[in-house]
Amino acid sequence: MAPDSISRRAFLRAGAAAGGGLLLGVMLGIPAARAQQPAASFEPNAFVLIGTDGHVTITMPYIEMGQGTYTSVPMLVAEELEIGLDQVRLRHAPASDKLYVNPLLGFQITGGSTTMRGAWLPLRQAGAAARVMLVQAAAQGWNVPAAECAAERGEVVHRASGRRVRYGDVAAAAAGLPVPHDVALKAPGAFRLIGTPARRLDTALKVDGSAVYGIDARVPGMKFAALAQSPVFGGRLRGVDTKAALRVKGVRQVVRLDDCVAVIADHTGAARKGLAALKIRWDDGPHATLTTAALRQGLQAASAGAAARVRSEGDAAAATGTRVAATYDQPLLIHAPMEPMNCTVHVRPDGCDVWVGTQVATRAQAAAAAMTGLPLEKVTVHNHYLGGSFGRRLEVDNVTRAVQIAKQVRGPVKVIWSREEDVQHDVYRGPFHDRLQAVLDERGMPLAWTHRITGPSTLKRYLPPAYNNGFDPEVTEGAAEIPYAIPNLLVEYVNHEPPAVPTGFWRGVGPAHNVFVVESFIDELAAQAGKDPVAYRAALLEKNPRALAVLRLAADKAGWGGALPARTGRGVSLQSVFGTYLALVTEASVADDGTIAVRRVTAAVDPGIAINPDTIAAQIESAVIFGISAALYGEATLANGRIEQSNFHDVRVLRINEVPAIATHIVPSTEAPGGMGEPGTAALFPSLANAVHAATGKRLRTLPLDPAALKVA
Amino acid sequence: MSVFAADSSGSALSGLRRSRFRLNEEVDVKVNGTDHKVDVDGDTPVLWVLRDVLGMTGTKFGCGMGLCGACTIHVDGQPTRACLTPVQAVAKGHVQTIEALAQSDVGAALQKAWLALDVPQCGYCQSGQLMSAAGLLATNKAPSDDEIDAAMAGNICRCGTYPRIRAGIRQAALALNGGGGHGA
Repeated sequence: MAPDSISRRAFLRAGAAAGGGLLLGVMLGIPAARAQQPAASFEPNAFVLIGTDGHVTITMPYIEMGQGTYTSVPMLVAEELEIGLDQVRLRHAPASDKLYVNPLLGFQITGGSTTMRGAWLPLRQAGAAARVMLVQAAAQGWNVPAAECAAERGEVVHRASGRRVRYGDVAAAAAGLPVPHDVALKAPGAFRLIGTPARRLDTALKVDGSAVYGIDARVPGMKFAALAQSPVFGGRLRGVDTKAALRVKGVRQVVRLDDCVAVIADHTGAARKGLAALKIRWDDGPHATLTTAALRQGLQAASAGAAARVRSEGDAAAATGTRVAATYDQPLLIHAPMEPMNCTVHVRPDGCDVWVGTQVATRAQAAAAAMTGLPLEKVTVHNHYLGGSFGRRLEVDNVTRAVQIAKQVRGPVKVIWSREEDVQHDVYRGPFHDRLQAVLDERGMPLAWTHRITGPSTLKRYLPPAYNNGFDPEVTEGAAEIPYAIPNLLVEYVNHEPPAVPTGFWRGVGPAHNVFVVESFIDELAAQAGKDPVAYRAALLEKNPRALAVLRLAADKAGWGGALPARTGRGVSLQSVFGTYLALVTEASVADDGTIAVRRVTAAVDPGIAINPDTIAAQIESAVIFGISAALYGEATLANGRIEQSNFHDVRVLRINEVPAIATHIVPSTEAPGGMGEPGTAALFPSLANAVHAATGKRLRTLPLDPAALKVA
Repeated sequence: MSVFAADSSGSALSGLRRSRFRLNEEVDVKVNGTDHKVDVDGDTPVLWVLRDVLGMTGTKFGCGMGLCGACTIHVDGQPTRACLTPVQAVAKGHVQTIEALAQSDVGAALQKAWLALDVPQCGYCQSGQLMSAAGLLATNKAPSDDEIDAAMAGNICRCGTYPRIRAGIRQAALALNGGGGHGA
């Protein structure tokens, strides 16, 4: 093909890009003028689009909810494509399992700390393929061998003659070339961008109010809705008196659903005022007497029942020696991201548009399709930045609810949940009850380890093919495989769903509740043996050098063993989950009234190849602080079938004045990258509980940590 | 705790008598130097006037009870929770939002520090954080840790950016006082 012709496929994509450029620009906060795409561009795959102006638009298969994907994923592309990050523009991916599948999980999903693991090869391949084609196009244009040309910083260079050409000027020609597969990728020694603390690409949008979150979607003609859902789980709407609401200025209509009422208005203020003026009667249904105590009793009773044998090594039941046993209890946990749940929907006879921030665009699409009866291809999901999630936005109940409402509204409608609705209709991290037993030899070292986990399975509901007769890899991660060499091991799981209360994924998922008990219990064994907690663990890590390395580094950097004031202690925790090794040392003081103050957290992490060390540090800070909030204050309680908490006065979270100093130390590695979004949360719970034990001698086996149990008598 | 304490009796609109607010006239409001006339009840929180009527979505909704600080704006230079402030109450005042933060030296210095340190993660709370921080530095050129705590404790961040917020405030203060010299 002649160098200046473009393939039909590239032309079609260029047309779409040109037409869609303005809308995409608005949605990502890019000024409209800059967002116009040129008429011809080069789009060799679903991720990379290079315009004749030289700008590189990367379509992001993994969403941004704070964890830094919108910088680290472009770094993978830019490294192989040989461009600077300053040349990158970002585009939220549309819904497409085919184009944007997460290879670890089998569909389009951001979560489980899988992004770097999922993107590592495919996104580098995408950048490399584009680079090869640009070099080839330039070489053809110069009539020289491609091997004599190199790509650097958005240009192709012919070394011998010194000729250079910008990518933009060969984009059209490159579009006519066949796309190569399995291009050789750079060896880590050649990285110039990966491994550097590159500045985030989204910070500029987040300091001037221009980043567009789902809740910020603006659609011409849009109305605004406030809703009330049945306060008791499983309740129904019996009736509603709408007279006063309809008199509120700006209120247009009231929508009734089976278990929900919504007020539609010209702005959210009027919708909320109208909602407050409704007289709603609920039929509370069968769960109106449900309490936290009943949930706990149900869990404990179930833990005595039939269990799935998740892992068995040797014969734990036959071991003889000193027996140590403990049970642990963990509560329902609330997500409370800063952006409350919301969704904007326009239902039309011929199609449906959904504007939302979601971790699962294809599930959002499917939910809207199911609720409207439209085929998938008639439902368009417009994704956004997410104002926090912590797993909440893996659910699409906000989409389903908004579509239900929108079906009764003419034109687009933005449905915003109040904070009260967001808290009381969360999909909570479920409650767990754990029983552990160990048999120790004469040196106090563990011969046998038995762990029975009892609690709900999210996978059973969320992804049934992944749940196989009680074998749930998510709910057992961090317990089924522990870092320590213990010859006899038995791990079991009893699936118990709490009545009525919906449960789901929460930051840290399985490890967040499993590592708490594993690392608390190993600490109890160390105490039983009269040994130092770090030394005790180290002795069990002969076969696990990466785990031993982070343990030693954290202890060293934290000054483990150094003197501390009275009622101040250090606690350690160690884990290998999400593909990342992490050791945390937390230093905490306990006042005489039992109040816990977290002073310092030291993290040593081996995440495999560190793609962006600043992102790694930021995720340690983030996950640890998120964990401290939950460890100290996190608990959703039930009375009369409803969640008692409602807003930030009784959903207590850490404030700036309660934050410890946090230091992160990264172990250099050339292993494949692991995940960083969640490890810190899982590690914090036990390291803090262990610190409290070191400070007071009291072993707390229940979360949240209760100051009343730590009061000086 | 602070002037921003929520009305603990519940909904922001509870207890407000209809007779105190204009309900059938347009309300004047001046935002970032521009005058607007908006056709809403006078007791409408200015948050929704900004976001829904004027289309300025930089100011965020987080709780509706003045507990989280996401909605922080300046009214006559004072950090104010827009979710609890009736639009009529600011009719004679000057409202400034995150969209205009860069126009002040303090605001620009904070944004520059935020960029240098990569303070935001999800970023949803950051408009409110920056507006509160700007209110602090406008009146206190070299705040202590306790003063930073007092000014910022009303702003929740669920992503844990607090250590970088504190560092950002210190860095901006240093730059404003002629020290530092760090590039963005």
